[in-house]
Amino acid sequence: MNTRDCGHIISGSSPAKGEAGKTGEWRTQRPVLNREKCLAVKANKDICYQCWAFCPECAIERKPGGPVDLTYCKGCGICAQICPADAIQMENEYDSSEQRKND
Amino acid sequence: MTVLNNEKTISIYNNSSNPKAYPPGKHVLTGNQSAAIGAFLCGVQVIAAYPITPQSPVVEELSKFVEDGELSAEFVPVESEHSAMGVCIGASIAGARVFTATSANGLAYMCEQLHWASGSRLPIVMGCVNRAMAAPWSVLNDQQDSMSQRDAGWIQLFCRDNQEIIDTVIQAYRIAEKVYLPVMVCYDGYILSHTVMPLEVPDENKVKKFLPPYIPHTPIDINNPVNINPVTLGEPRYNANGVLCHGYMEHKYLHHKALRDSLNIIEEVDSEYKDTFGRSAGGLFSLYKTDDAEVVIVCAGSLSKMNILVVDMLREQNIPIGLVSLRSYRPFPNQKLSAALKNKKLILTIDKSLSYGYQGPICIDVKSCLFEAGISSIVISFIAGLGGRDIKPYEIAETAYDYWNKFLNNELNSENIYESQWINCKY
Amino acid sequence: MEQYKEVSNFFRNYKKDNIIQIRWHGRGGQGAVTSAKILAVAGFLSGYKGVTSAPFFGAERRGAPVIATTKLSKDVICDFSQIDSPDIVVILDNTLLKSINITQGLKPNGWVILNTPPQFEYDFLHNHFNFIRVNATQIAEEAGLVYAGIPLVNTPMLGTFLHVLPNIDFSHIHRALEQFFSPKAVSKNFDVISRVYKECIVEKSETHFQELQQS
Repeated sequence: MNTRDCGHIISGSSPAKGEAGKTGEWRTQRPVLNREKCLAVKANKDICYQCWAFCPECAIERKPGGPVDLTYCKGCGICAQICPADAIQMENEYDSSEQRKND
Repeated sequence: MTVLNNEKTISIYNNSSNPKAYPPGKHVLTGNQSAAIGAFLCGVQVIAAYPITPQSPVVEELSKFVEDGELSAEFVPVESEHSAMGVCIGASIAGARVFTATSANGLAYMCEQLHWASGSRLPIVMGCVNRAMAAPWSVLNDQQDSMSQRDAGWIQLFCRDNQEIIDTVIQAYRIAEKVYLPVMVCYDGYILSHTVMPLEVPDENKVKKFLPPYIPHTPIDINNPVNINPVTLGEPRYNANGVLCHGYMEHKYLHHKALRDSLNIIEEVDSEYKDTFGRSAGGLFSLYKTDDAEVVIVCAGSLSKMNILVVDMLREQNIPIGLVSLRSYRPFPNQKLSAALKNKKLILTIDKSLSYGYQGPICIDVKSCLFEAGISSIVISFIAGLGGRDIKPYEIAETAYDYWNKFLNNELNSENIYESQWINCKY
Repeated sequence: MEQYKEVSNFFRNYKKDNIIQIRWHGRGGQGAVTSAKILAVAGFLSGYKGVTSAPFFGAERRGAPVIATTKLSKDVICDFSQIDSPDIVVILDNTLLKSINITQGLKPNGWVILNTPPQFEYDFLHNHFNFIRVNATQIAEEAGLVYAGIPLVNTPMLGTFLHVLPNIDFSHIHRALEQFFSPKAVSKNFDVISRVYKECIVEKSETHFQELQQS
């Protein structure tokens, strides 16, 4: 294994899903969207997108109520903190999976 | 990260001629003026520097060029040397040709940013006007400042006179932009920086031809955003595209390799410069009367010009002496230097700096390069001219004469060999 | 040991006379450094291949005694060390004579060039050295070469060198001035330099050398 072919002269990273590997494995909490509060969903327009802009792993898609790619979401909670409409809640992974079973 | 197309490069050389006051031809100028005009001729676009004795006149001259509208560059006054290099790093990443200059404690204050600049592989050219490091406070010349930054990953070129300063600044951009490494153009404070001497100012059109536009290795592109120098772990990692990227150690290997490869580039650029402008600035090192020499002086900077006189006077006393003027201290031309020092019986290195607790830095490197080549000449470390102590040619000549005779009479003792010898220290 | 002394003397005097060494004494702000540079440029224009000019290295302070140096040589100058045995010393301010030994190291056949009012006592100088004196302060004042209320005496003293250095003539001085000043300032400076050249009193001492040898 060598890195000879990467062609890079300096160290760099790009804002892309998966730059830091499969970070979904780090997650203990996951973001859950309240669609009734989300500004983009309510207006059904390309607005706000603060969660998309701030997600350090680029795990949120840029569309109203954009789904979160849980393979890469590391559960940092920045989206919940930044959401101006308070539409994202962080829920424990354990609770969420329990809830899913009940559904 | 993609390589920038030619049409995307920022057009440089906004200035269309030499500075009004310095048309091509002979002038009588200080070393600081020489460095400033060199930067002007290279069409620098961003200058950020903080004044410090004896560097200040370089920046004064450049700011005047900018103020008079002769040089369309961005002159950024900063609040410290640390910030100066920070601005240079930002501007260089953005694709600008940048220049700065500093001395002594300013250079030390810049230390952290020096590593950022070299680690980011940015072709920044900096005038390092050699001055003694405090404490105690001194504004006078020795080479402790740049020698202390030996391991910052920069190319360090030493100039012998004011002509070499302007030539080396021009060459430095060519070298830097070819190997993507920053270059420190070191010249002795006051002895060169504040002393006028005749020199040839090159024609701007010739410089343009010699120095192609700067193409950054990692262009700033809004459609292809990158985070430069993020946390880089020890081990390589796969990026989002599945490409295995260098870890920290691979980057350092590449950095080091670029420095080693620049040995050839420095020589090539100098010989090409000679073809274009008719004079060399000394390549990796230059030799004077070494062919039949049995004893050789090795030193760097203005002292090596003065030692030409010393060699002449010793030759008239029938001492078989020669001189090696080291120009490229980092990268260190170990292989070529040891070849040049082969068959020499006695080597006298003169440092204007000190690796405290051992010997002069040049001496240490000369010894190690001789060892790897299997040459067992006697090397003696001399320390001279610290903190502006005046060095007279006769002092060096007397010392060399003395030690050559000691060598011939087998009188060199372990004190001479294991300890550095201080010239004109009045303790 | 005797032989070593001989060698040492050989080193100390090696090509010493190839370089004309000039030392300027002034006070910080009087412009000794600038005039030392102008002389170097004029010297270069007159055909000296090697010229250097340097301030006495260190911090500059207004009013403090300062030294500047000029070296002129037919060959390229390799010796960047400071001047210790000048051929010519120039004193921009006669009050310096009280505090500094301005003739230190001056060669026996050297020149002392002094800006002085006529009533000043300078006998001890022209008894031993070639001597030029001129009241440059007054000439500068009369010609209006005044900056911030103080007459400029640095460039005027260049006029005296035309008596000492035969290679340098007025055209070299003029061209050298052009590299430092605006055209208006050049003509003003040049007028004063011409007056200084005419009005300075040159006293060549023929006997000083023998006297010095005997004493």
